[in-house]
Amino acid sequence: MKVRNKQKVSKRIRKQKIGSGLFIAPSFIGVLLFFIVPFIVVIYYSLIDNPIGGNFVFLDNFRIVLRNGAFRKAVTNTLTFSVTAVPLAVILSLMLAVLLDKKIPFRSHFRTFFLSPMMVPVASIVLIWQVLFHYNGAVNEFMVSVGAGKIDWIKSEYAQIVIVILFLWKNLGYNMILFMAALTSIPKDILEVARLESASALQTFFYIKLRYLSSTILFVTIMSLINSFKVFREIYLLTGDRPYDTLYMMQHFMNNMFKNLDYQKLSAAAILMSLVMIVIIGVLFLVENRFGKDVEG
Amino acid sequence: MKKKKIFRGVKLTVVTLVVAFFAVMFLTPIILTISNSFMSQSEISSNYGSVFATTDTGGKVYIAEKVNLKFIPDMVSFQQYITVLFKSPEYLLKFWNSVILVVPIVVFQLLIATLAAYGFMRYRGRIREIIFFAYIILMLMPYQVTLVPNYLVADWLNILDSNWAIWLPGIMSPFAVFLLTKFMRRIPVGVIEAAQIDGAGEWQIFSKICAPLCKGALCSAAILVFIDYWNMVEQPLILLSDPQMHPMSVFLSKINAGEIGLAFAVATVYMIPSLLVFLYGEEYLVEGITYQGGIKG
Repeated sequence: MKVRNKQKVSKRIRKQKIGSGLFIAPSFIGVLLFFIVPFIVVIYYSLIDNPIGGNFVFLDNFRIVLRNGAFRKAVTNTLTFSVTAVPLAVILSLMLAVLLDKKIPFRSHFRTFFLSPMMVPVASIVLIWQVLFHYNGAVNEFMVSVGAGKIDWIKSEYAQIVIVILFLWKNLGYNMILFMAALTSIPKDILEVARLESASALQTFFYIKLRYLSSTILFVTIMSLINSFKVFREIYLLTGDRPYDTLYMMQHFMNNMFKNLDYQKLSAAAILMSLVMIVIIGVLFLVENRFGKDVEG
Repeated sequence: MKKKKIFRGVKLTVVTLVVAFFAVMFLTPIILTISNSFMSQSEISSNYGSVFATTDTGGKVYIAEKVNLKFIPDMVSFQQYITVLFKSPEYLLKFWNSVILVVPIVVFQLLIATLAAYGFMRYRGRIREIIFFAYIILMLMPYQVTLVPNYLVADWLNILDSNWAIWLPGIMSPFAVFLLTKFMRRIPVGVIEAAQIDGAGEWQIFSKICAPLCKGALCSAAILVFIDYWNMVEQPLILLSDPQMHPMSVFLSKINAGEIGLAFAVATVYMIPSLLVFLYGEEYLVEGITYQGGIKG
């Protein structure tokens, strides 16, 4: 009797497994067709010398791409940007979240204000950005009025700063929401104990809150990193096809390769990029695992 | 004791002022864009002439030496809107391009994702966990990686330079699957088991129980997908070579300087849909971001 019952249950589970598996099918076939299969072809393309009946050249394409001046410039600029913008995006949004966590008036209004740039299409605000940062623009006017010299923001070494500001403007709200949610989910009793033990606000923050936030910090860092690779949008809309030298990003390089239909370089660059992403995300996960293990259930 | 209370009051005021200052700064570019759209052409060129003069062929307009950043127009004028909405069909066409590109992606990505999320929730075997992990990795990949496979498939299917090249990869994008699966896994098992005992099949459990419970999450996902695609730049630049087919997000940056007054009105019209979505769906947006946050769960 018992055995038969077990068989019945396992039959039911199998039915459930197959039945619900069908629900995944449309999505999985799509992902397979549009992402996974072509990505395997991309790997193949990166290893041969031309797409039509090519010969295996193994790592030659990677070597060519790595030696390419434009690629190096794009990598350097993208890295410089990400290394500045991502930590700023994480730290500033955490500070905003901590401030908004206090019982200040108009809290929800402030939250709305900080979140609104996320909803506005970049294309809609680049005009104002131009008015602000043009050589004859409003920011320079202010600089002159306080006695500093004019700076050609968009067409000089300072160009990356303008983009960092635009990036922060757009992304801080999103990160802030994540931190605010994480802050409210810290167990109240632990904070209460800290208060009774007369821990200072700074101590509570660094020894308790930060540890509970570690998985959120990881996620915010990853999302900011991904978004930092998307600044091409802002740069393209602000400066067009030919930006100042320090604004030449990975996406510019890829666009050029697309224009020349250089499949070999495109594939090699895409694979290098995906490897870098996987390594960075993997390292971040490892770091977080060591740091935040004892507070996770 | 009283001293401490005063000190706290002062601190709270300072925090509020700091937050308020930044909140206003965040809102300024949006407000400026909207308010400037109500200026007449001549007022715009007298205010910003020095910024856009380099390419301006307007001729006899008075161009001020200085930029004059103004929140309130001298005279509210709807002239720009009338031109944009009734006199130059080009702008409306680009707006329509945006709508036509984005709406099908939002609708069908959600449809396919809801189905898939149900499949991932119902059974967690090894294969499904691997597929889900692949989805997450894919979701974290920047455009520089995913656009190469997308381009290849579009080329094979001969849909380059048509809307399909943007629709199909957009619809298959795994983002919504991830978000909705996270949500569905929170549905109590008891609810589903009860339905199963009553003899409900997989389709009935899905359509009568799980899908209706997901309404909130669907709104969140819809908003996040919508903003992402309403703001798209990379995909049309690479996949649609005909500028006539480009959405407003790309076109706006190409409006020439002679029509700078119009540009503010166009920019405002373009942000209206996303601002409306924000106005009515802020809670869903916040919830969606928070769900996204628990990446490890």
